[in-house]
Amino acid sequence: MKKKIVVVGNGMVGYKFCEKLISKDVSKSFDLVVFGEESRPAYDRVHLSEYFAGKTAEDLTMAPSSWYKENGITLYLSDPVVDINREEKTVRSHHGIVENYDYLVLATGSAAFVPPIPGVEKDGVFVYRTIEDLDLMQSHAKKAKKGAVIGGGLLGLEAAKALLDLGLEETHVIEFAPRLMPRQIDEAGSKTLQSKLEALGLQIHLSKNTQEIIGNGVIESMKFADGSVLEVDMLVISAGIKPRDEVAKIAGLEVGTRGGIIVNDKLQTSDPNIFAIGECALAHQMIYGLVAPGYEMAEVVATSIVGGEKEFKPFDMSTKLKLIGIDVASFGDAFIQEPNAQTIVFENTAKGIYKRINISNDGKCLLGGVLVGDAEQYNMLLQNTKNKVLLPADPEDLMLGARGGAEQASSGVMALPDEALICSCEAVTKGSICHEIIENKVTTLDGIKKCTKAGTGCGGCVPMVKDLINETMKSQGVFVRNILCEHFDYTRQELFDLVKIKGYKTYDDVLDHLGKGDGCEVCKPAVASIIASLWNEMILEKNATVQDSNDRFLANIQKNGTYSVVPRIPGGEITPEKLIVIGQVAQKYNLYTKITGGQRIDLFGAHVSDLPDIWEELVNAGFESGHAYGKSLRTVKSCVGSTWCRFGVQDAVSFAIEVEERYRGLRSPHKLKSAVSGCTRECAEAQSKDFGIIATEKGWNLYVCGNGGVKPRHAELLATDIDSETCLKYIDRFLMFYIKTAEPLTRTAPWLDKMEGGINYLKSVIIDDALGMNAQFEQEMQFLVEAYKCEWKEVVTNPELRKRFTHFVNAPKMKDPYAKFEPMREQIKAAEWK
Amino acid sequence: MIAEQTITWHVACSVEDIPENGGACALIENEQIAIYNFTRRGEWYATQNLCPHRQQMALSRGMIGSTGIENEPKVACPFHKKTFSLKSGECLSGDEYSIKTYLVKVENGQVFIGM
Repeated sequence: MKKKIVVVGNGMVGYKFCEKLISKDVSKSFDLVVFGEESRPAYDRVHLSEYFAGKTAEDLTMAPSSWYKENGITLYLSDPVVDINREEKTVRSHHGIVENYDYLVLATGSAAFVPPIPGVEKDGVFVYRTIEDLDLMQSHAKKAKKGAVIGGGLLGLEAAKALLDLGLEETHVIEFAPRLMPRQIDEAGSKTLQSKLEALGLQIHLSKNTQEIIGNGVIESMKFADGSVLEVDMLVISAGIKPRDEVAKIAGLEVGTRGGIIVNDKLQTSDPNIFAIGECALAHQMIYGLVAPGYEMAEVVATSIVGGEKEFKPFDMSTKLKLIGIDVASFGDAFIQEPNAQTIVFENTAKGIYKRINISNDGKCLLGGVLVGDAEQYNMLLQNTKNKVLLPADPEDLMLGARGGAEQASSGVMALPDEALICSCEAVTKGSICHEIIENKVTTLDGIKKCTKAGTGCGGCVPMVKDLINETMKSQGVFVRNILCEHFDYTRQELFDLVKIKGYKTYDDVLDHLGKGDGCEVCKPAVASIIASLWNEMILEKNATVQDSNDRFLANIQKNGTYSVVPRIPGGEITPEKLIVIGQVAQKYNLYTKITGGQRIDLFGAHVSDLPDIWEELVNAGFESGHAYGKSLRTVKSCVGSTWCRFGVQDAVSFAIEVEERYRGLRSPHKLKSAVSGCTRECAEAQSKDFGIIATEKGWNLYVCGNGGVKPRHAELLATDIDSETCLKYIDRFLMFYIKTAEPLTRTAPWLDKMEGGINYLKSVIIDDALGMNAQFEQEMQFLVEAYKCEWKEVVTNPELRKRFTHFVNAPKMKDPYAKFEPMREQIKAAEWK
Repeated sequence: MIAEQTITWHVACSVEDIPENGGACALIENEQIAIYNFTRRGEWYATQNLCPHRQQMALSRGMIGSTGIENEPKVACPFHKKTFSLKSGECLSGDEYSIKTYLVKVENGQVFIGM
């Protein structure tokens, strides 16, 4: 007969126990029953504050209910265990369910500790622990202006972030101690943290003892022991945790004087068949209030239940976290000082950075330290501490990072011993990651996450895992060649040349002759882009279904499955008549309208079946496709230039229109943005574009490879004081060179970053014709310019192509009932997704 | 005990309605079904149209292809490129959820879905 394990509590640690047991119990010799007090399955409490920053409850869920079902786990939610009968080995739940057990695992967690301050029961006073707490806070915050948090520790500052995210006008943090986070960081670190938090708008009150919460039913103010009063209409108490040991107490299990279920090294309670793990357990006379030791406890109990041997050792409490965007970390022995150790301190008050490392008196190894404001070196420092790595001659190098370039930092990963713990949440060592890379040829981050679980907890070790993959592969002598995907053993550049030489014009031709398998979502759009860059034929004629959704429907897919429409407005110049047409179309098809960053107008919420009708009206009014959906030229922004502006030295608008009309519809590895400024004031922001043009007294300066986006980069000056004709010639050459040689989905800025010789090499190719390719580049570009046709005009006038724009093939007129909208500021927005 | 299930075949559309090597959506018994015409392999597949990741009716607009040595046929959702097996409905991007698959047959130029 199967043995039965009952888990009391479905929080992060309770869930982790189930996950670990399922993976260890290969012969399926146990039945697993879980009782949870909350109404939803276990979720990620560590990242709770992200709930107000846009994450949903589903995003935070550790595993959906279906996971429990699939693994044969009986899950009772909203039903806490209220009694344990140790004689008969049964538990009884609040709803009266009785389950017998062979092993009982208590993972009841902790509750917020609420100090006995008169008035804590008033409305507007909250604790910060569950998603329900957050929902209550959120609804109260709608009418609140001033909020406060009692507690300046880790959880209190998390709660303060939540109040900031809720948009309160004032957020106060009240701390009883004379400084913030006294348990994790030292006094100087606290000061740095405090000034950074104050700069973010938090008001911090230290050495404050709250005496009373005043208000008529609802909180109105707080009174302190020093006689001062603070007016608030919302208060979050986050002054610590208390272990949930009630049910253990009732069952007569031994508990600590200040709470917590007493356990031994095997995490057994005073009853050997009952275990306690996570924040309810008192191990080594302490409560481990972090998730990593909780997971380790889950591992220990799961191992011993299936018959293994494992003990819970005193756990390293080093932590790194981001508090309101500020890095805070402490590791090893953070507080040890002279004469027991030597300390090295670095402080930059202007940037709000404080770092301290403690080294042994003989100068040989690292003992611990504190990082505030910049914790990039945390993982390295922690590993050096744990593994007692011999310190370099200048130990401050470890703390200040690789000042000599990235090479030093990455050689750091390789210097660690195999036992070094890379992912402390899931206890994954460097050795086991390297094993997967070398023996099992797992060379992607996703692959490593899947097979080792490294990086799936807090994610802090992800950069180290990436370094480890790259460095290990290099050390194995693996030449990393960027082939397109599993279907093509070529780089994009090789494929581009082959497709050109062979003259292939459809994806199937390319796949049949150069690839294998049936293609995928990576190679299909990449090859489609190459074909479009080479021949500039209508993309929907022969290659419709290899286009990404946006190119397939010539519009940008949006949150509820409807599309957005962007007509081309070259240079941002538009007549009142055309503006009126846009307004009329938007009104007729009920579209949300917004001016884009590229001086155009975006119309959102178009049903796929309305797209041809919308475009028919736009095309008739003289509009063309704006290619906002394509990896192609988007827009050429311009300032008003010398025609109106008293400072302008050249006619920026006319030139912007000329440039935009020359390169419109040009398909490339990624999108292309451009701008023309009429004088050095640079109002069109040309230096942030893939190619930007700035007027001079004598002509134009041409800049290339700038970028906004994820990684902003200033464009580099390619040529000065050139005339319009030369400028276009240089741009022709530049764009063709980019289109031919860039990797898929690589913007011009990273393309240049990877180019050996950088801007000087690029100059030699484009200006000095170092490759002897310029005549060909110009000729190829001229071919593309002449082959240009507006895609939407072709669709509108082609009944066969028009037919493809339906949601239901068997009900072409019917719109997707799932595409829902909500009203917002007299317009609509897409219904929020789940 | 083997439970016997009766399959009802519903006419979805004609063969030309589904683009070659791509998909389209049909409304059958009030359910949105994505139908794929995998011309390259001479195969037809059908799944639910709803992508379980963000609950979007979009799979029929996704790109199809294959993966692995077994050449498992798959579809990628256009929203976040979560991929699903067209045979089993299993999520191939490593997530827990999966999608429903349906039987398809083609007779006299008509596409039928078995439910």
